[in-house]
Amino acid sequence: MSTDLDQRLKEYEGKEAGGPEVGADPVNIPMIRHWCEAIGDQNPVYLDEAAAAASVHGGIIAPPVMLQAWVMRGIKSRPATGGSLTDELYRLLDAEGYTSVVATNCEQEYHRAVRPGDHLSTIATIESVSEEKTTALGVGRFVTNRIRYVDQHGEPVADTLFRILKFKPPAKPDATERPPRPRPAITQDNAFFFDGAKAGKLLIQKCASCGKLRHPPRPVCPHCRSLEWTAIEAAGRGTVYSFVVNHYPQVPAFDYPLPVGLIELEEGTRLVSDIVGIDPADVKIGLPVQVEFQRFDDELTLPVFRPV
Amino acid sequence: MTFTTTTPRLADVDVGDELPPLPIPLTRTLIVATAIASRDYQDVHHDPTLAQQRGSKDIFMNILTTNGFVGRFVTDWAGPDAVIKKVAIRLGAPNYPGDTMTITGQVTAKDEAAGTVDVALRGANSLGDHVTGTVTLELPR
Repeated sequence: MSTDLDQRLKEYEGKEAGGPEVGADPVNIPMIRHWCEAIGDQNPVYLDEAAAAASVHGGIIAPPVMLQAWVMRGIKSRPATGGSLTDELYRLLDAEGYTSVVATNCEQEYHRAVRPGDHLSTIATIESVSEEKTTALGVGRFVTNRIRYVDQHGEPVADTLFRILKFKPPAKPDATERPPRPRPAITQDNAFFFDGAKAGKLLIQKCASCGKLRHPPRPVCPHCRSLEWTAIEAAGRGTVYSFVVNHYPQVPAFDYPLPVGLIELEEGTRLVSDIVGIDPADVKIGLPVQVEFQRFDDELTLPVFRPV
Repeated sequence: MTFTTTTPRLADVDVGDELPPLPIPLTRTLIVATAIASRDYQDVHHDPTLAQQRGSKDIFMNILTTNGFVGRFVTDWAGPDAVIKKVAIRLGAPNYPGDTMTITGQVTAKDEAAGTVDVALRGANSLGDHVTGTVTLELPR
């Protein structure tokens, strides 16, 4: 699909970016030293005059791969108006939302060694501006420039290709935008349990006829089939009867790895609940735990268990 | 790996020869120092907050520095009498602070007439290949 923007961007292709960009300084030893120190490059032909003179180079040369550093603009930002055609193209892409940039390809062919005293300039041609592509970084457009490096006499020293991706930074997920915890399915049988949690109480269903406790909540006593029931408040102490540590699939509302326990309460019933406050690797069967109530949002408070 | 002071002769190098691997611990200082040494003041190479706003996990190494390490990798092996003629690299996974990139490579072609060899290399970090590419080097006969 070709858009108006595609058409506008096509017009840049094959055009020279404008007058040569002149390096701020001639090739010099201090900048070579900073470079070699930062990269940890011990090749003596870059800084040691005697060793360089004895080498095939016949004297100090700048690291060939340092080429681009000689014409970098430095801390000055791109001019808001004017500048080269490349500046204009990048401003257009910025305005269309492609505000981020990464370099993706660099090819450099060196015609001769660059030496202290050389003063380099670049002559750039915009080779291509791609259609919008979906990349791991977001949607973007690849811009390929052919850049010729010339010396102070206009003689070419290198020919290069430089490709960048101008892309739209994806919206950063914000902690406040985290999706809420999934809601429990509340029925008239289990509503007391969740209401209890909201009130800071861990409730256990109790048969009104035979007095036995049961969990999860259900309408009929499995022991005497009575439909009459009430609830008692548990002490909140228990042990890990069994557990899993979830790694996958990951639901955005939860933190992973996620230890989920089957907790056996002192009162004898068991319930499924998150285990908090422990390295998932340290969860063990038999681990003594104590209930606490975690408020996730205005509507949802749930019991969780923490090692004692 | 330290720098080799003697450059191998063209005749001593064969296709398939492996270069000594170059492991590079990617400290935050390294990423910032190399960006500034290459006059690259893009915020993504020194400012973590702005780097994250621009869609990145953290600051990351700039491409000029990747070129720098590629050059060092081959001349650490090839010594002072090697002449780098051509470098072509392609970037993949970013080099974030705290990781290590290890560059490995081998000789993949030899041009007797031109007196050059090609070294194919890759620099891999914990996320995958940061850089893959080829360097053409002229060696003494």
